[in-house]
Amino acid sequence: MKIRIGLGSCGIAAGALKVMEVLKTELDSHNLKLEIQQTGCIGMCHNEPLLDIIEDNGQTFTYGKITEKIIIAIIKQHVLEGKLVEKHLVNSCANPNDFLAEQVRVALRNCGIIDPEQIGHYIDRGGYEALKKAITMSSEGIIEEIKTSGLRGRGGAGFPTWFKWNATRNNPGEIKHIVCNADEGDPGAFMDRSVLESDPHSVLEGMAIAGYAIGAAEGIIYCRAEYPLAIRRLEIAIKQAKEKGLLGSNILGSPFAFDIRIKQGAGAFVCGEETALIASLEGERGMPRLKPPFPAQSGYWGEPTNINNVETFANVPWIIAEGGKAFAAMGSQTSKGTKVFALAGKINRGGLVEVPMGLSLKDVIYKIGGGIKENRNFKAVQLGGPSGGCIPAALLDTPVEYESITATGAIMGSGGMVVMDETTCMVDVARFFLDFTQKESCGKCVQCRIGTKRMLEILERICNGEGQPGDIELLHEIALKVGEGSLCGLGQSAPNPVLTTIRYFQEEYEAHINEKKCPAMQCKALITYRIDPDKCKSCSICAKKCPVNCIKGEKKKPYVIDQNECIKCGNCMEVCPTKFNAVIVE
Amino acid sequence: MLCKCEKEDQNQAADSPDLSMLDEVLDEYRSQAGSLVTVLQKAQDLYGYLPLTILRHIAEEMNIKPAQVYGVATFYTQFRLTPVGKYIIHLCQGTACHVNSSEPIETALIQELKIKPGETTPDKLFTLTNVACLGCCSLAPVMMINGQAYGPLNPNKAVSIVKDFYAGEQQASEGGENA
Repeated sequence: MKIRIGLGSCGIAAGALKVMEVLKTELDSHNLKLEIQQTGCIGMCHNEPLLDIIEDNGQTFTYGKITEKIIIAIIKQHVLEGKLVEKHLVNSCANPNDFLAEQVRVALRNCGIIDPEQIGHYIDRGGYEALKKAITMSSEGIIEEIKTSGLRGRGGAGFPTWFKWNATRNNPGEIKHIVCNADEGDPGAFMDRSVLESDPHSVLEGMAIAGYAIGAAEGIIYCRAEYPLAIRRLEIAIKQAKEKGLLGSNILGSPFAFDIRIKQGAGAFVCGEETALIASLEGERGMPRLKPPFPAQSGYWGEPTNINNVETFANVPWIIAEGGKAFAAMGSQTSKGTKVFALAGKINRGGLVEVPMGLSLKDVIYKIGGGIKENRNFKAVQLGGPSGGCIPAALLDTPVEYESITATGAIMGSGGMVVMDETTCMVDVARFFLDFTQKESCGKCVQCRIGTKRMLEILERICNGEGQPGDIELLHEIALKVGEGSLCGLGQSAPNPVLTTIRYFQEEYEAHINEKKCPAMQCKALITYRIDPDKCKSCSICAKKCPVNCIKGEKKKPYVIDQNECIKCGNCMEVCPTKFNAVIVE
Repeated sequence: MLCKCEKEDQNQAADSPDLSMLDEVLDEYRSQAGSLVTVLQKAQDLYGYLPLTILRHIAEEMNIKPAQVYGVATFYTQFRLTPVGKYIIHLCQGTACHVNSSEPIETALIQELKIKPGETTPDKLFTLTNVACLGCCSLAPVMMINGQAYGPLNPNKAVSIVKDFYAGEQQASEGGENA
């Protein structure tokens, strides 16, 4: 028997390190010598911290939301007496839960299973077999296999991977480069982080195969500095791969040489754009330039450069090992294989999921994600982050594939999927994304630099109850110009959140502008919290829980909220005992 | 007329960091083209922020125009040109945090600490900064203090966590005095 603990960033944030400590002490106190293995993230973030018990026969039982008490119970009941602690069991291999049962794991095949800091674990699960196979193939043969698989870039735009590889390979130049784009900047997306933290070798192997196919001797991983754990695990993985002769010169005894280094980004969303990323790699301000020439023609230091996303590379070893046809057998007509999504927001089971393309949004949100928190009504799902859009309930049957998602006005994007319910204000969501793109605009194109600023100002005034007739039309007009007049994807897609929310939720904009009302009760300037003097029983709970101490009162007299100090957090409403329900929002 | 960086320099005249701390980094990267971002990152690790004297020193040593170094240092959000407090509060502004009401948390922290995002408390204990996304979306809303994530938060919890840090500091300093 061995015990496995999920130590991804989210697990650690939920307290997994503490769990590890307690577990060790508890095992010691019972004189139990069990192997404790760390692993990355299985994706069930909603149940973190997670603990697996793996029986000698390979059966795995997963316990969730682990606390000190639960550990003691697991050791007493499960480890010592062999009885399951049903109450805290979240998954068992014999009876997979709904969250995992619907998934098909290709890019995430090892996540949450292996110890990412041990290359042996990766190799035991067939790791580096694809590289071994690749170096016996011709580079055309590899590119052909990728073409057969139908793999498209998982970073957002969905460009066919084989085409980029082929172009980089065929462009003249002695030196060629492979770059892995790990600058995952979408707020609400954490797919790449999880893959890098949980299975770094899959990305290294994918890059090495690409290097062989293209004729590059060096790969660079451009990773966000905000992902320290991912960087640390990548460093360990690169070192181990070099020691095993899987990176460096004479890989696996062949003449093929390929090395990988990490370059840390410094926090600029626009650096997810290929040409901006290259500028940043060269030590400059990360500003995009006109394409063509494409990076495949003239990239890093003017040499042919192939840039793919983390998830794209993680798929490559699987495709080479299992064959392009096997990959193409999954998914839909135009979108092959699987896609990883980071499910978050107002959803019951948030986390990382990988599904075959073509599954409907409804299935992802309800079957896997378990529906909306607190049984509220679904309102919209946001796909593609600041470049994407909001898809309403009426379009929930849309399959997750590039073309269908684009037809809704959103984009597939890198896989952030943020679910919103009736308490989310769609105008505020549009404002939120514009605030983000406006800050992240590099300033090169006038339309993007000034247009996003003007759009933000309009959205702010609408949220503040100062919207004017004609604002919606004006937003529409500027949005189209920003999209047309920008050089790179950031500006071209910045209007998407605004355009989709206007398209599907125009009545909400109108309520803000014409009636000065926020139907979702979110826009601070348009709502007030008040205590109903007839219902208030002067229990003082709200006053004690008010983070800014703006509720005053005394015994036997109704409490009053000081409207000048109130930050409208809604805390008082939440803590007011349901039998009184004295706090009103209007 | 002085350029913007010269003006800021006058304000920081009293600040004279030890330049030699950077020698090793400069020796390693001086000859590597395109390593300015990396050098700035290492310098910030060493000094906690990027004082203008350091930026000028890097420009001279790496043979890059000071304006270009300043341009790069101000382009990326990771770089800070002013000193930070002992505890850096990274308040997540990701989409998941936003829809799970992160805004009142920001407001509550602003009221508690009496500083705006980007500023440091006068006692140099806390710096409040907004970050785009910490990637712990299922714990939303989240903040991170010196690498440790806290979530899911509400305004109350956030304020009490900061108060705990403050109490811990006071205890430590009192303990120090008694000893």
